[in-house]
Amino acid sequence: MKLFDFWGGVHPLGQKHLSAEQPIRELPMPARLYVPLQQHTGRAALPVVKAGDKVGKGQLLGREHGGVSASVHAPTSGTVVAVGEFTAPHASGLSLPTIMLDSDGEDRWVEREPPPDPFALEPEAVADRIGAAGVVGMGGANFPAALKLGKARQAKVHTLAVNGAECEPYMTCDDRLMRERAEPIVDGVRLMLHALQAPRAVIAVEDNKPEAAAQMRAACQHDRNIQVAVVPARYPAGSAKQLIQLLTGLETPSGGRGTDTGVLVHNVGTAYAVHRALRQAHPLISRIVTVTGGAVVRPQNLEAPIGALVDDLLAFCGGAPAAARLLMGGPMMGQPLPGTQVPIVKGTNGILALTAAETLTVEPSPCIRCGRCVEACPMGLMPLEMSKRARRDDLDGALAFGLIDCISCGSCAYACPSRIPLVQYFDYARGALEIRQRAEQKAKETRRLLDQRQARLAREERAKAEAAARRQAEKLAAKAKARAKTGAAA
Amino acid sequence: MIAAVFIMTLLGLGMGGLLGLAARYLRVESNPLHEEILQLLPGVNCGQCGYPGCGGAAEALAAGKAAVTLCPPGGPPLAQTLAAKLGVAVDGATGGPPLLASVDEATCIGCAHCGKRCPTDAIIGAPKQIHGVIQDACIGCGLCVDVCPTECLQLRPVATTLKTWHWPKPMLSFGV
Repeated sequence: MKLFDFWGGVHPLGQKHLSAEQPIRELPMPARLYVPLQQHTGRAALPVVKAGDKVGKGQLLGREHGGVSASVHAPTSGTVVAVGEFTAPHASGLSLPTIMLDSDGEDRWVEREPPPDPFALEPEAVADRIGAAGVVGMGGANFPAALKLGKARQAKVHTLAVNGAECEPYMTCDDRLMRERAEPIVDGVRLMLHALQAPRAVIAVEDNKPEAAAQMRAACQHDRNIQVAVVPARYPAGSAKQLIQLLTGLETPSGGRGTDTGVLVHNVGTAYAVHRALRQAHPLISRIVTVTGGAVVRPQNLEAPIGALVDDLLAFCGGAPAAARLLMGGPMMGQPLPGTQVPIVKGTNGILALTAAETLTVEPSPCIRCGRCVEACPMGLMPLEMSKRARRDDLDGALAFGLIDCISCGSCAYACPSRIPLVQYFDYARGALEIRQRAEQKAKETRRLLDQRQARLAREERAKAEAAARRQAEKLAAKAKARAKTGAAA
Repeated sequence: MIAAVFIMTLLGLGMGGLLGLAARYLRVESNPLHEEILQLLPGVNCGQCGYPGCGGAAEALAAGKAAVTLCPPGGPPLAQTLAAKLGVAVDGATGGPPLLASVDEATCIGCAHCGKRCPTDAIIGAPKQIHGVIQDACIGCGLCVDVCPTECLQLRPVATTLKTWHWPKPMLSFGV
């Protein structure tokens, strides 16, 4: 099929050879799992179990709650130890409501009833089952998959782009998944097409994964509406907006969504999770995680239960004694971890333990205005101008230069010869902007509350005055009556 | 030349006179800035700035007599908006993290004095019951703190959560 191009991008060292040839291995079930109730964009799930409850594998632990939310399920059978707070896999080191579960070693499933023929179900019912299985986008955005499918169906999407580009260096979990489980992925794609009622799907694979592309081609050779597109390896080809541009030549409007172009992007991991949700009634309770980096003794791809600690995964891979930096995700967009005692979640594609030699030790120096960040930015923005304004807290200035369209891919910071932490400036500016918006919202709300209180006080005052007037009138009437009576008597 | 000097003088006098008349008869009664600033302020008249209510504060701000960081309930975001409006720089500390009222349930006696003072109806609770503060509605004006007989109502810093946390600004020693 005809491919297009996107602007900018960078060619970071792939480093995928560390783990690309390691087949997926199952992580032995840890003794205790820590399942956060918020592993997705939106609102946290509501816990439906309490300490001491016995649960089966796949049993609901937290129910989705509020508009945008996703359920969480027990990754194994065992006993709920506590429903409390536990450190989140997040750079801040703050905690999240988490369900702690002790495994009983039996891995006993709850009763499961997969539909006999999912294609006989209504599209809405398919999406509902995907939602009930707690499936979220597994490419990193963690948006509840059922909602995304429902919205895209309403938007009349014409193409489902299945993202197997995996442009992040070091990461190989999607590569291995496509090589080893191509059939289930394609089945998941067919199911998603059914839920979407869309005519065609394109599976995009970067050209540095020829085996994966071959496996995917073989798996969908009889499907006339599913194609495999091999895209040139360039970071960030796996970002939704850039992938749409590569496949269709259409640019997502500023501030808009990918579906505005008529294309919906879903990760191959999500397609696999959809297949398991509908064919086996298997909720999203495990995922493939690449444990890699120069510091890891035996880099591998593991199928790990959600809620296993990073420590468990690293220990299984022989540890990472020389780790100078620990990331969740790839080196470009991964987030630093506060330690190894944090659980993996639905969106964890990799654990990266880098040696000091692999991390950047060069001190940043002033901007020389070379413009390399402008050339590298795949969104066509000017990172140097945005960072200058973010530094001065000129948020409106940064917005005018397109801060809202930045996808935090890190291409600019990678290309910067002065090693300026550009993305951190943008993350800071976006956070500050959010605080400002929240304050504005609160000011508006305060004004409303004030007005309502004033109105209420006025109403009470009026009611009081009216009651007093009524009493006065009654008193007068009674007096007049008494006078009339005495007059009559006289 | 005399004609030119004459014409210029006459023009100057005429236009000067017009300006003078305009200044007298078309004078704007109050400072329009005052109204605009008043709209930005929270409007609860808590008096924490030291001026008699938000009106007084707006007047002082419009006259340039007060710092833009004067309003604790408004916090840093308000300071920045005011600074942008008045064309000045935000200088000095903006008062640390925002403070909101919260009730110490161990010492609350349910006197119900605080609820009556709250300008945004953020305090709930019946008499002789423990009271609570709806943090989303509280603006941290501190009016309730003054009337609490047991000092169980205090302004406390709001804890950061994963929803409100964001990356700090990189601290580099040079300009970008």
